[in-house]
Amino acid sequence: MSEKTASLRESFISALATADTMEALEAIRVEYLGKKGLVTDLLKDMKNLSPEDKKTFGQAVNVLKEEVTEMIAAKREEIKKAEIERENSLMPEFDISTPANLDRGSYHPITLVQRQCEEIFKSMGFAVEDYSEIVTDYECFEALNIPKNHPARDMQDTYYLSNGQLLKSHTSAAQNAIYKKYKDALIREGKPIKAIFPGRCFRNEATDACHENTFFQMEGVMVDKNISISNLIFFMKTMLSEVFQKDIKVRLRPGFFPFVEPGFELDISCLICGGEGCASCKHSGWLELCPCGMIHPEVLKAGGIDPEEYTGFAFGLGLTRLAMMKYGVKDIRDLNSGSLKVLSQFTDDK
Amino acid sequence: MFLSMNWISDFVDLSGLDKLELINKFSLSTAEVENEIFFKGSDLSGIVVAEIMSVENHPESKKLHLLKVDAGEPELTDVVCGAPNVRVGMKTAFAKVGAKIGEIEIAPRKLAGYLSCGMCCSEKELGLSDDNNGIMDLDVNLKNGTDLKEIFEIDDIVFEVDNKSLTNRPDLWGHYGIAREFAAIAGRELKALPVVDLEQYKNLPKLDLKIEDPLCYRYSALRFENITKHVSPMNMRIRLYYCGMRAINLLADLTNYLMLEMGQPMHAFDSRKVDKIRVKRFDAPFKFTTLDEVERDIDENTLMICNGDTPVAIAGIMGGLDSEIVEDTSSLTLESATFDASSIRKSTVRLGHRTDASQRYEKSLDPEMTVPAIARFVKLLLDIDSGAVITSSLTDEYAFKYDDVSLSFDKAFVDRYTGIEISDETILKTLRSLGFGVEYADGSFKVSVPSWRATKDVTLKADIIEEITRIYGYDNFAVNTAAVPLYPVRAAQEKTDEDRIKDILVHRFSLHELHSYVWAYYDEYKALGIEIEDNIELVNATNPNIKTIRKSIIPTQLCQVKANTAYAPDFGVFEIGRTVNGLKEDGLCDEHKKLAITLFSKTKDMETLYFELRDMLAVIADNLKHEPLTFEKIEETSSYKHPKNLNAIWCAGVKLGEIGIANAQVSKKIDKKANIVFAEIDVAELAKIKNASISYEEPSRFPEIEIDLSFVSDKFAPIKAAIDKENCPLIKKVSVVDTYVDESGKSITVRMIFSHPEKTLTREEVMETAENIIKTLEAQNIALKG
Repeated sequence: MSEKTASLRESFISALATADTMEALEAIRVEYLGKKGLVTDLLKDMKNLSPEDKKTFGQAVNVLKEEVTEMIAAKREEIKKAEIERENSLMPEFDISTPANLDRGSYHPITLVQRQCEEIFKSMGFAVEDYSEIVTDYECFEALNIPKNHPARDMQDTYYLSNGQLLKSHTSAAQNAIYKKYKDALIREGKPIKAIFPGRCFRNEATDACHENTFFQMEGVMVDKNISISNLIFFMKTMLSEVFQKDIKVRLRPGFFPFVEPGFELDISCLICGGEGCASCKHSGWLELCPCGMIHPEVLKAGGIDPEEYTGFAFGLGLTRLAMMKYGVKDIRDLNSGSLKVLSQFTDDK
Repeated sequence: MFLSMNWISDFVDLSGLDKLELINKFSLSTAEVENEIFFKGSDLSGIVVAEIMSVENHPESKKLHLLKVDAGEPELTDVVCGAPNVRVGMKTAFAKVGAKIGEIEIAPRKLAGYLSCGMCCSEKELGLSDDNNGIMDLDVNLKNGTDLKEIFEIDDIVFEVDNKSLTNRPDLWGHYGIAREFAAIAGRELKALPVVDLEQYKNLPKLDLKIEDPLCYRYSALRFENITKHVSPMNMRIRLYYCGMRAINLLADLTNYLMLEMGQPMHAFDSRKVDKIRVKRFDAPFKFTTLDEVERDIDENTLMICNGDTPVAIAGIMGGLDSEIVEDTSSLTLESATFDASSIRKSTVRLGHRTDASQRYEKSLDPEMTVPAIARFVKLLLDIDSGAVITSSLTDEYAFKYDDVSLSFDKAFVDRYTGIEISDETILKTLRSLGFGVEYADGSFKVSVPSWRATKDVTLKADIIEEITRIYGYDNFAVNTAAVPLYPVRAAQEKTDEDRIKDILVHRFSLHELHSYVWAYYDEYKALGIEIEDNIELVNATNPNIKTIRKSIIPTQLCQVKANTAYAPDFGVFEIGRTVNGLKEDGLCDEHKKLAITLFSKTKDMETLYFELRDMLAVIADNLKHEPLTFEKIEETSSYKHPKNLNAIWCAGVKLGEIGIANAQVSKKIDKKANIVFAEIDVAELAKIKNASISYEEPSRFPEIEIDLSFVSDKFAPIKAAIDKENCPLIKKVSVVDTYVDESGKSITVRMIFSHPEKTLTREEVMETAENIIKTLEAQNIALKG
């Protein structure tokens, strides 16, 4: 009878070798191990055997059954592995050298330089304030020690509105409101006023590559009991060095602005030529960047602050000018042009 | 204003000092000097005195003469000369062979057939004046061969100061004031101005002079006769020319010279025409011809100098033609006066005529200067023309005198203001060198401000700080950070919102931030058929294309989109800018800060684009406030808004703005094939909304139940309302999973997810809520889809 089990084993092995899919394997399993399968069939012949042979043959069939079960399991793993390999092999190699699709948005360059300046001053404890673009004559002039008919009004070609208000000609127009907002904390709690206020300004003039009727400035003020000229120079130098990410040489010259005393024009060493003299700096080696000064006592008074007790500095930085210098924008009109060819390039700059 | 170092050196000895270095220091301590410095005379050499020994007519030229000149050399020199004023015995300026005049080097050359070994020169040719009438006619006592530079002040350094930087310094409009600054900067002594003592004329008769108007502060005058010289000395002519003025005649030159020297404008009248000086305004406008022969309209606000009732000059601006000095004038009246600065300024603006005199008067000149200016004038005149006779005593009406300004402060004040240590000695020396009187004791200073700084410039202690520090030099300042108490600074909500909106729109939705103008641009709006909404207007815009302030950013943005249609088939732009919605009750502008977004697409259908924009706004509200948006239909007729799909945007009970589609008449003009949607929200309104905090809920460990219901309905809103009405805490999420349209109309499939924190829900439990929702909707004729 052992020949029978041996030959069934032979035929199973050769059948298994042909199976290369799960379906084929299952068919073989049913053929050999199913209820009416070939292995079970072997037992049908057992009734004619002696009890001794029955035992021997039964053991042989059980061994074969176990062996077949194991071989099917092994084959199953083999087929599974082959299927995964086949699936992996079907994956194509992609062309990663194609250009990346960035789908970028963009910030206005003024937003970028404004944020850089804001970050610098925020890190030094300055509040960032905002103010309206339409202001009163009082805010823009009177409160800044520029009475009617003062020659300084000639310097400002101001847009006036039919209700007597005006488009603010400088961010200094917010000074009075800032002082009034913070003076109680200064006087009662001893909290120094430290604020910057970026904003849009307007001048009634013809536009060309260097002149715009709408531009941005950033005003900054600091008021406390002992604020000095020395402090002013420190903050100006620090800010400009941070903005340009290099040590910037600055110089102060006397400058006349009615709302500061002393008043200064702050020049920085020319960024293009490094101070050697070039067309950008009109061969002087210096660029005029930022009027500043110690806040005029009358201006503090108008803000409800006693100039005998407190001093402060103020500066007005031309953000538009700064953005042009930083990014090399040559025509100021590009900034308000709305042209995406120009402006979509300013993705982010932190 | 041009300044001559020679002139400055008349009043302060700067010998041994580097002049350019001083000019640079002046720029850093006083007023901005323009970059170009002029080295006058540096391109001139080899010009000598030569005597014309013989003159022959050129045989073939009527103009040319053949000269022999004695240039101080052993041999006479042959020269061909075209000047009309040649004569034997005349001494003139002669450029020898080898001499340099600018780029030209003089060499022997043939002129009309005759050899010319040099050139006789006019003042203009030498750059000394604009006189080109003939060759220079020099003093016959000069030695032949003497270098012209030994005789005249030809070599000079001239620099220009930006007039704007002198706005607040009336004392710097003449060389003497500038010299005072150089003296302080260089630490040298300022010399007194050479003058005559006018007291010697006090017994002569006074002039008839009366100030009849408070706009004239002081009027000083003196009468002269017997002036026989008419041409100013060469050195005076050179200085005037180097400083940008034409030499005219002695009297005119002297008044100009005085103005450039002391900053005091002066005017000379013909005494025959002016013998009864009155300063006043007229009640009615009239016409007046000034000495430049222009007829000008004078109104009742313009101060005039009159002879009795006849106007003879516009005070502080320009004299009249009729009273001008003429050839046969033998007696003249010299005016030296001070007027109200803002009156002169206003008259200048009204007349549209600014003169060298008026731009000085506008700066508030020192009235104390009028008499010294006359004393200086007399000194200069008598030096030049010793035969001149003074025929009146000084007549001086002084109607308005500025208060003396005296300021007291201590060293601690200076230390606090400067933040550095400047010694008491330095403070004293600096202030005294600038003409301030200083009393000092134990760290206390009492300063009297000199009259030339007291008209408006120096009135406060802070002004004194500027005087000390600018001369000390800002470059010499130690730089220190401030020692101040520290407190946290909370950012303003509106600012934080604004920054985050920009970040979301740029980084999440790839939009582009643009800037635009706050006013409507007439021609751009017109091109798109956008009507300009009535609003507050600019009254003085120089550009005729702008006038009305915008009520919304969207029209501007549509114009910008139009300009960018070639940029990409799909793009979106945004701006946070200002708009004005008329006036508030207090008469001030109702200004708003708005976020405007416009999306442009040639690839997406309108609905997709519209919802893309709606979702952007919802993302902003969700990120910034954790609040949902709701919408409410708006019925409005507008030139740029589509009548459909215009919705008001609400968030947490606050109306934020609106979302809509561009009107077809506008979008067709922008791009026939593109879809355009827009939204505008008020950033300040958004900032008012409190940020709802995150409400954390422990997720249930029990399974959820999903219920899908389909209703025949055009809108989701009533379904949402019916679900909300149940106020069922088990509903965790509601979403629209499908919408479709068939013969029965539009259907919306809603999915509700139910979950219970502590148990597994049964279908029966949730179906009760579902049934209620169905009933509510049935009552509104919204049926469950069969």
